[in-house]
Amino acid sequence: MADTGTITAPQKYNEETLIEELGYDDHFHDHHHGDKYQSSFIFHYIFSMDHKMIARQFLITGMFWAVIGGLMSLVFRLQLGFPEESMAWLKPILGGWITVNEAGIGTLAPEFYYALVTMHGTIIVFFVLTAGLSGTFSNLLIPLQLGARDMASPFLNMLSYWFFFSAGVVMFLSLFLSTGPFSGGWTAYPPLSALPQASTGSGAGMTMWSFSMVLFVVSVLLGGINYITTVLNLRTKGMSLWRMPLTIWAFFVTAIIGLLSFPVLVSGILLLILDRELGTSFYLSEIFIGGSALDHVGGSPILYQHLFWFLGHPEVYIIILPAMGIVSEVLSVHARKPIFGYKAMVYSILAIAFLSFIVWAHHMFMSGVNPFISNFFVIFTLIIAVPSAVKVFNWIATLFGGNIRFTAACLFGIGFVSMFISGGLTGIFLGNSAIDVQLHDTYFVVAHFHIVMGIAAFFGMYAGVYHWFPKMYGRLMNETLGRIHFWGTLVGAYAIFWPMHYIGMAGVPRRYYSFDNFQAFAHFDMINKFITVAAIIVFALQVLFLINFFYSIWNGKKLTTKNPWKASTLEWTTPINPGHGNWPGRIPTVQRWPYDYGKGGNDYISQITPEQEWEREYDEAH
Amino acid sequence: MAIAFILACIVLIAIIVVQIGRVSELSAKIRGEEEAEQAANRSSGRLMIPFVVVFLVLCVASAIYYKNWMLGFGPLESASAHGSAIDSIFNTTTFFTAIVFFATQILLFYFAYKYQQRPGRKALFLSHDNKLEVIWTIIPAVVMTFLVVGGLDAWNMIMADIPVENRSVLRPQGEDEFIEIEGTGYQFAWHLRYPGEDGVLGTKNYRKISALNPLGQDWNDDKNLDDFHPSEIVLPVGQQVRVRITSRDVLHNFYLPHFRVKMDAVPGLPTYFVFTPVKTTDEFRKGLKEYPEYNVPDPEDPEKMLWETFDYELACAELCGTGHYSMRRVVKIVEQNEYEEWLRGQSSYYFSSIRNSDEDPYKGEVLDLEKKERRLQFSDKLETVLAEPDSVQRIIQFDYVTFALGSAKLTDETTYELDFLVDAMKKYPSMIIQLAGHTDNTGDINMNVELSQARAQQVEAYLVEKGISETRLSSKGYGPARPIADNDTEEGRAKNRRTEFEILSK
Repeated sequence: MADTGTITAPQKYNEETLIEELGYDDHFHDHHHGDKYQSSFIFHYIFSMDHKMIARQFLITGMFWAVIGGLMSLVFRLQLGFPEESMAWLKPILGGWITVNEAGIGTLAPEFYYALVTMHGTIIVFFVLTAGLSGTFSNLLIPLQLGARDMASPFLNMLSYWFFFSAGVVMFLSLFLSTGPFSGGWTAYPPLSALPQASTGSGAGMTMWSFSMVLFVVSVLLGGINYITTVLNLRTKGMSLWRMPLTIWAFFVTAIIGLLSFPVLVSGILLLILDRELGTSFYLSEIFIGGSALDHVGGSPILYQHLFWFLGHPEVYIIILPAMGIVSEVLSVHARKPIFGYKAMVYSILAIAFLSFIVWAHHMFMSGVNPFISNFFVIFTLIIAVPSAVKVFNWIATLFGGNIRFTAACLFGIGFVSMFISGGLTGIFLGNSAIDVQLHDTYFVVAHFHIVMGIAAFFGMYAGVYHWFPKMYGRLMNETLGRIHFWGTLVGAYAIFWPMHYIGMAGVPRRYYSFDNFQAFAHFDMINKFITVAAIIVFALQVLFLINFFYSIWNGKKLTTKNPWKASTLEWTTPINPGHGNWPGRIPTVQRWPYDYGKGGNDYISQITPEQEWEREYDEAH
Repeated sequence: MAIAFILACIVLIAIIVVQIGRVSELSAKIRGEEEAEQAANRSSGRLMIPFVVVFLVLCVASAIYYKNWMLGFGPLESASAHGSAIDSIFNTTTFFTAIVFFATQILLFYFAYKYQQRPGRKALFLSHDNKLEVIWTIIPAVVMTFLVVGGLDAWNMIMADIPVENRSVLRPQGEDEFIEIEGTGYQFAWHLRYPGEDGVLGTKNYRKISALNPLGQDWNDDKNLDDFHPSEIVLPVGQQVRVRITSRDVLHNFYLPHFRVKMDAVPGLPTYFVFTPVKTTDEFRKGLKEYPEYNVPDPEDPEKMLWETFDYELACAELCGTGHYSMRRVVKIVEQNEYEEWLRGQSSYYFSSIRNSDEDPYKGEVLDLEKKERRLQFSDKLETVLAEPDSVQRIIQFDYVTFALGSAKLTDETTYELDFLVDAMKKYPSMIIQLAGHTDNTGDINMNVELSQARAQQVEAYLVEKGISETRLSSKGYGPARPIADNDTEEGRAKNRRTEFEILSK
């Protein structure tokens, strides 16, 4: 940590002309005359093949689903917090799911409570935090930060969005079934999900759920193969793997995880469909239900759990890795410092990705699998704490000695780290099978995963939206509203989920429609009311974000400079409103790694700036 | 109406929000962009320290406030032997994670505060520090190793099945005996089964499940015949229990929160959990009495305090459908003698509900178990009669002996009752008895007398054949002369058709 103020670097280069001087001519504009093939409204805004438009489509669709998923949680939170209050006022929206008695008191039907819980989980995990997060930012940033004109296959990229859209349509329609949407939990464990006679939601609702999920996986795979190909093949000259921003590393590894794990989910769902429709017995054995004994013998419900969690666990990293990448980038830019331990960050992403494939059965300690097997899963699970801890320490060290601008993006980055610490540490409890005996399927688990992959991932997403909004729309979001949004959400999210740890430690199981049947679980009226009120407030704060977002698209402060955050990565070398192909002329060549902030007293040095004489001495000195 | 009101509120809020945004931008313009940015920075920076302080203080305060709900503290101390191992690992983990939690949260927000943007400040160019990174990789690795070893040690102890040489009995005593009970989940309740006197649960087959046979027990398996189905779990304190956990339809989870017991019930795959309750319900209640939150009237039963009405509970902890939240059973842990007493009140499901129904494969037959029980009843009756003063007539009726229709021929299947008498005659060698036959008042009186005489003689002959001296026996047919019930009803007539013996001298 030598005094860096003494060396002043001569700024020989003019960024504006650097690309034309040093850039690489791929004759792009000789082949693409203007944006001809997406000049009409339909091909520009709807069936667009431009990665930036597809990113925005993913984001806005994700927002739609976040609102739906969030509202659902409010309805079931009302049931949990205020079970005695009448819900008759929701009758105009929820119709038959609210039964109003003679006194005018409306109650939520238990089967609809379970449908809400199930849909909330499915929607937030897959549609919001997978498609809305990885879909948005992988699409936006992979070509922009790598110096590519677009994705390797813009057409597949478009298909990827429309498969996601169709999955959404199917899921949305299932909400209007007279028997209700699927209600057996987002994990859809058979036999509950396999037998229509086990639950009303397991009829048509489950058929549509599984169909929607298959469409969704197709979307993820089309997107993923595109991201991987683009990262491997379309990096601009000079952009070696070790010069990629951590965002790209995260998206790249996320896509690989998705490509390896989502097909396993599809096979799991496929076998489930066979059990449902064709009378096979993959998951079913010795079942007596609805007054008759079924013919199915020899199957095992646990097989489904293995297949599901083989995706299900990597899925949480599919959600959190992009958020980690975004936060690494955002913290570095706004702290005006290089990310601390870049290589360690990359290796920890790789380590987490690898480990994510060999820990799935930690969701199944209490499922009836051989307890001996659990030993391995405990060991691998708790090893994940090590790369995770390294990442946390590196983020904190990135802040150390910085010159931090508290933009909304940066604040959400800091909030992400706080949430990731809080939620990550409770994972150490749950990953230890002995403790899991008591905590499994209690509110402790709910608290853990909401903080570590729900709130944290949302924070990563918000950091990304605030940070790259200027790149998406050429305007800035309102920072004051952003700050209110951040502080309110930070406090509110802790207010929702922190108390759940205590309820969980007391043994209260999750997925209970009512706690009145048990003495042991009926003590927490006050906490449940508090959580519900906090949830309503936090939801309202997200509305504030939505207003800010949509208002700013048309009325936000216009950008006057290409690089509002003074960041060194390539996306900020494109025009304020980049057209198709991203760079109007040549594409930039990359000369250095992406985190030269504060080097030799320079605020930042763009990735397109060639290495200078003084730097060699400087690097040796450090 | 309510919806319209909400919509109006949302619109209003939206307008306000947009206005806040506009005002902030306007003021930024007036003050100058840069200065506005710095002011905003300062205001966020100022919030960092108060936030982390309040946050951490609230974490500690809430933990203290809710400490009575935490594992291993206060009233929710584990009521099982293995549970305290879980609680202690929980607390060790809490200790280590709390250190990391406080250290990292404080550093995060403190650095954010300390290194906020200030005019003229230059950020430090610090891209990595290998030594530091190695240190903070090794420390968590070491702590994790420690936690993994402790955790797995406990896990393998908790999940170990019962050693094969241990005996499964209904009344376990000591280390090498245990009781195996069964919990079967179905939508939406738990069906409980105890093994009965033989200490072993009988086999089941889901295809045999019917309204009468809720578990699909195979009645050809003798081990099923004494199994009983209580409505709550009652267990003796300090004895090892193995719960066999099964499901009839979908996944359930056998969850005893106070005992740290939790295991999925999987259709087609029986699972188990072994535990030893160490606190009786009464002891646990006394423990609760110490805490003010349990010294409030029970809302269900305002006469009593909450601690007095406390019971251990069995719940379901795996989503199983609409009624998932309502699968409650009460669990009682009692002293050995109370357990014995409770057992006496339980009766075999087979004998109380299945016996001689259409599902009973032994319909019409007499089971050894029944013979055994009837032998006991017989000797009870005999002892009672013998104990009475000589002035009382000592008559004992045969309850089960039958004859072929209209003849004096003994039904072979029912002679076992006469064997009770044979043994009694051998036990009391000086006892002299007279065998008597009776009929109802229908039919020809002479024929009735004759038949009853023949039947009494037939019994006498059986006893002689079994080695009882003729000198101790005599027989008499009374016909309809000695009715013990009203001959006008079929019920009464059935009672009057009987064979009995009178003890003439001890």
